[in-house]
Amino acid sequence: MAGSWSRFNIISLTLGFAFLYIPIVLLVIYSFNESRLVTVWGGFSFKWYGAMLNNSALMSAAWVTARVALISATLATILGTMAAVALTRYSQFRGRLLFSGMAVAPLVMPEVITGLSLLLLFVAVGLDRGFTTIMLAHTTFAMCYVAVVVQSRLVTFDRSLEEAAMDLGATPARAFFQVTLPVIAPAVIAGWMLAFTLSLDDLVIASFTSGPGATTLPMKIYSQVRLGVTPEINAISTVLIGIVTVGVLAASLFNKRRALRERQG
Amino acid sequence: MSRPSPSLLSRVVIWVPYLWLLALFLAPFFIVFKISLSQTAIAMPPYTPTFGLSEGWEGLKNAFNSLSFDNYLWVFGDPLYVKAYLSSLKFAAISTVLALLIGYPLAYGMTRAPENLRTIFLMMVILPFWTSFLIRIYAWVAILKPEGLLNQFLLSLGIIKQPLIILNTDLAIYIGIVYSYLPFMVLPLYAALEKMDHSLVEAAQDLGCTPIKAFWKVTFPLSLPGVLAGSMLVFIPAVGEFVVPDLLGGSSTLMIGKTLWAEFFVNRDWPVASAVAILLLLILVLPIVYFQRVQAKARESEV
Amino acid sequence: MASLGSIRRDFAPWANPDEKPFIRFENVTKSFGSQTTAVDDLTLSIYEREFFVLLGPSGCGKTTLLRMLGGFEQPTSGRVLLDGQDLSGVPPYRRPVNMMFQSYALFPHMSVEKNIAFGLKQEGMPKAQIGERVQRMLKLVKLEKYASRKPHQLSGGQRQRVALARALAKRPKVLLLDEPLGALDKKLREETQFELMDLQQELGLTFVIVTHDQDEAMTMADRIAVMDAGKVLQVATPAEIYEAPNSRFVAEFIGNINIFDGQIVEKTGSAARIRDKSGTEFQIALGSNAQADGSAGLAVRPEKLQITRERPADAVNAIDGEVWDIAYMGDLTLYNLKLDDGRIIKISTINSRRRVEDALTWHDRAWVSFAPDAGVLLTR
Repeated sequence: MAGSWSRFNIISLTLGFAFLYIPIVLLVIYSFNESRLVTVWGGFSFKWYGAMLNNSALMSAAWVTARVALISATLATILGTMAAVALTRYSQFRGRLLFSGMAVAPLVMPEVITGLSLLLLFVAVGLDRGFTTIMLAHTTFAMCYVAVVVQSRLVTFDRSLEEAAMDLGATPARAFFQVTLPVIAPAVIAGWMLAFTLSLDDLVIASFTSGPGATTLPMKIYSQVRLGVTPEINAISTVLIGIVTVGVLAASLFNKRRALRERQG
Repeated sequence: MSRPSPSLLSRVVIWVPYLWLLALFLAPFFIVFKISLSQTAIAMPPYTPTFGLSEGWEGLKNAFNSLSFDNYLWVFGDPLYVKAYLSSLKFAAISTVLALLIGYPLAYGMTRAPENLRTIFLMMVILPFWTSFLIRIYAWVAILKPEGLLNQFLLSLGIIKQPLIILNTDLAIYIGIVYSYLPFMVLPLYAALEKMDHSLVEAAQDLGCTPIKAFWKVTFPLSLPGVLAGSMLVFIPAVGEFVVPDLLGGSSTLMIGKTLWAEFFVNRDWPVASAVAILLLLILVLPIVYFQRVQAKARESEV
Repeated sequence: MASLGSIRRDFAPWANPDEKPFIRFENVTKSFGSQTTAVDDLTLSIYEREFFVLLGPSGCGKTTLLRMLGGFEQPTSGRVLLDGQDLSGVPPYRRPVNMMFQSYALFPHMSVEKNIAFGLKQEGMPKAQIGERVQRMLKLVKLEKYASRKPHQLSGGQRQRVALARALAKRPKVLLLDEPLGALDKKLREETQFELMDLQQELGLTFVIVTHDQDEAMTMADRIAVMDAGKVLQVATPAEIYEAPNSRFVAEFIGNINIFDGQIVEKTGSAARIRDKSGTEFQIALGSNAQADGSAGLAVRPEKLQITRERPADAVNAIDGEVWDIAYMGDLTLYNLKLDDGRIIKISTINSRRRVEDALTWHDRAWVSFAPDAGVLLTR
């Protein structure tokens, strides 16, 4: 490659990543701002973190969100992994096309439609809106993300491993739990993490499907943001970004070390 | 692969997630459709008729007789809705092009980087995708405000004399959508470009192409599947986007996601909101089906 | 190796009509979808303690046949019998056969020990017994020191041996091996061939191996089944397959061969005269092809041909041409002789002397000649 090309590459990388990261970095910096005005630097301070912790409405919303995310991510991982196995392993069953369509469509479906349709379903069947309905809604769209992640791993999974297990006397169920699942575990864990953060982040679907008494953190943040930018929101945002960043980096480091170990062999 | 007979295990594996999706993804659309044919009522739920299975066959028949297309006529009759659909499509389309213009050089630059840097760059693209959408949009509010960081910066440099008005304009919406959906554009592009054999470009140059010509004749055509996948992943959800126009757009900004939200939460007109949703879905059916076919093809070629 | 040879010389259960086959494929057909037939109405018998090789080009159905024995595919029609028992509908995890997979299929998350113990655990063997059996297996494949390693920490040859130990641990009645040496380099492959043969003798097991490598098949097999397009073309010992192929496909698939196409013009007792396209006549012993008639091919291996500057005075069959190519291989020299009608004849000669006076060189005229019993007559 000629020199001008690599210079072009470096410039496009720099600009691209600057665009992606400057807003986040500024948000984090200003969460440590002493001043109440979000855009004027008034010195370094942790005071908004204290304010955040004392804001009981914010904290209870965070607690609701954490529980919803934990349960729905776990359910979504189970269902999504099953869907991925069904779609990669069984090439012929009735309604497979519909199934694979439904497993991909939520990825691109505008959230307002998903939210509205789920709400109307819950109303139609007479389910009280609240914690349970948010959890069901999140499980439904998150399981499709899990299915996609696990499916892409299963496609490259060497089927003869499973056959070998069965050849050695393992029933199909045992072969799955003793061989397939441990091998695809990194993808399943990644799927769980994705489902967890999707649930943690969701505003639109939660707004539609929640009821009185179940306010999630994004809903709380949204209602405060509409009233104006406050440093407290910067603080809680920074905490959320921190959790996700540490989680994602830890997972990728773990995977990298694993891959490195395997290459060394 | 033919198997003796579907075991209990395989039935469970197929039918549990299948039924879940049928019940919680597909069935709701039929309910949305049904309610879009109902009348608004001041009640809870705020529409009539409500399907009462308790009234038996007669009740069902009455319910069907009172279904009407009034809500659709209403949506079509009001230029506000039509404009909202059209401007949503415009916002989504222009944002998709902008995301492609920013995302392609980024993805290309990533694939050309040394291998050890490549995984780090990939991580850096994925990371924002994991962080909250709402928070990332919120971050822009502080930057784009008239007294915000961007204006402070530009004023202090003396580039501008008066603060730029960006927040609550169309420009802010473009920035917001491109920013939020850029990872969706970059990842498929990167995947397509990364698996490309670099010796193809070298062969083209060996046969007399300049680097730029080799790019347009070889690299770009081969990356088209990635371009399509990325564009679909940006375009489809952007059409129905709510958070970006709500937080960054002005009160006069029309986007259908916002309209639907207002119809539902502010006007509490569920039947009209449902009609708006059904029409939005109809607009998106073609791109969604197309996207699924592209995905299915890509998966088959991997196998 | 001498003792092994002597055991093998007497081992020919297929020649004994009273011997009962251990594995039997009866009119087995396997179709995938409506178009592809991987195995086509195939009947085949394999005997106990036999080292049986399925040989053929890729896509000939040999792996499908093996997988049907393992239980991973079900025949579309026909039956597979093991020791007289019909295997139809018996899932892989209930069959007394074990398979060594082409990719080895070692469980990456388990140590060597755990891999070998996997099958024993499935059948609920007591722990102490499992440990003992695993130790014996590790010793058998000389991997005692590697018991706690993970598969990715092993070399290709070691992985192959783990896969073998794992498949043998359950003491299967039959061991199935799918291209067992395909992933090894040439030198290791040759060593391992002999190891496998010794092991099979030692354990007294029936081995069924799939390979596309003819050298491998020739070295190891008691009998070879040559397959093409879902059918078995010939089942015979390696020597028979090489010296008396029953068809053009078998002749050409194994080793090099020259085929003179022509018409049988005269048959006298056990010999025939065949006239090829250019009008040259050859004499040929009929052998097992006594009923041959009409058009036929005369097949002669390159090493059964002599190449000389002049026509040998006593030559029964001879034809002349121009030396077109010479490849010096060290132990052998290969010549390509171009006949006047354009056909190329391959000849190989052993370089038993270091220097040859007046050696043939490019564009020399030369004669090839061969004895009547040097070739075989092919009618299909």
